[in-house]
Amino acid sequence: MKPSLFEYSAPSSVAEAIEALSGDPGAMILAGGQSLVPAMNLRLASPTRLVDLRNVSGLGETVIEDGIIRVGAMVRHRDIELNDAVHQANPLIREAMKYVAHVPIRNRGTVVGSLCHADAAAEMPLVLLVTGGSVTAEGPGGRRDIAAADFFQFHMTTTRAADELIVHANIPGLPKGAGYAFEEFSRRHGDYAIAAVAVIVQRGSDGTVDAASVGACGVGSKPVRLSAVEEAITGTKMSADDIKTAAQSSQDYVSAPDDMHATTAYRRHLLVNLVRRALSSAEQTPAS
Amino acid sequence: MKPRKHSIPQSSADPKVMVRMTINGEEVEREVSVRMLLSDFIRHEIGLTGTHVGCEHGICGACTVMIDGRSGRSCLTFAVQADGADIRTIESVAGEDGELHPIQQAFQECHALQCGYCTPGMIMNVLSHFEAEEDLDLTDTGIRELLSGNLCRCTGYANIVKAVRQAAELTGRT
Repeated sequence: MKPSLFEYSAPSSVAEAIEALSGDPGAMILAGGQSLVPAMNLRLASPTRLVDLRNVSGLGETVIEDGIIRVGAMVRHRDIELNDAVHQANPLIREAMKYVAHVPIRNRGTVVGSLCHADAAAEMPLVLLVTGGSVTAEGPGGRRDIAAADFFQFHMTTTRAADELIVHANIPGLPKGAGYAFEEFSRRHGDYAIAAVAVIVQRGSDGTVDAASVGACGVGSKPVRLSAVEEAITGTKMSADDIKTAAQSSQDYVSAPDDMHATTAYRRHLLVNLVRRALSSAEQTPAS
Repeated sequence: MKPRKHSIPQSSADPKVMVRMTINGEEVEREVSVRMLLSDFIRHEIGLTGTHVGCEHGICGACTVMIDGRSGRSCLTFAVQADGADIRTIESVAGEDGELHPIQQAFQECHALQCGYCTPGMIMNVLSHFEAEEDLDLTDTGIRELLSGNLCRCTGYANIVKAVRQAAELTGRT
């Protein structure tokens, strides 16, 4: 239950961090360590080197610019959760954050770290996907933005290259007046989701849905957009029947096989109900 | 004598690093292995054994300490990550004369512990919430939520929930 041997670097700039990563193919990045350190304690992960970001300047900032929340690589979950400006710009984040582990873990774990860890049942990757966000990667060749839809590949696998550092995540604010909801089911509070659903709906003055973004995590190898649900609910006035019909179309999105937590059939049942609940709750979010 | 097949290395391959931090108001400095966990640093290097180690992968909460004023798992933090940090452990909670902190007093009066293994982590977690500028939800559900990251295998939580509420009354915390 102790980590195996590793070399340690604590660079003071992004450039130095990238250099350390480039020089050691077995290196891993250490931010808050709340997923990596347990994996190392259990020896599920044995990096040859840890590149600790704690001394890298400029990674601890959260900036809201042009409606986009830019979250630096060392910003902790709890910082975002308690940040009122972030909450004003995107209230879905605080809603989802309640389900991320426990406060002592959120105090240390980082948002970008969770995105890069990319657990298929984690909440923050789903939020990034549903809001249409992106991450900014910096590597030896410069910077590039990677859209959430292209970033998450598979359980714990992203398109970040081994010598790239995600310097910040870019989470769009919600459109003015949009309805939103986050619903999750897990066995115990703070566990990874068996299934979770995030919803954003934009409605016209007569209540008709102009646009909807609906996604789920825990139901496959990565977070997914439920485009059939989005299409089904768009153009409706979100009556109870509309919501029920739209929710039904979510069941084909479950690709997770039976596992120790749930069968595929149970996950389908769960997903339909979570979508229904999330749509109903988003329907009632006041369009302020 | 036949030469050894594998000669003993001159030094350990385990990289070392100098770590400085404040623990319970006192500056400490040690050269430790980079892979030393903060929990082991506090217990084995500093000798403060009030911080307990349960699961060592972040589930049980027994090792919870305060890191720069916020609760954190010392088993999910390398000692080197706490370089320059201000650490508080359970040993800092009671007064110098041994007078119990109201949270400790409430735990004692409500019989909120049996074996006591989880108690230091429980108290550090509750203390961090009491000290933070946040509204506390002192309903049963709220307290259980607050305690949800700390596992107890003895008392079944009912008395712990009671103790947190009593501690809130004792400290005038709402």
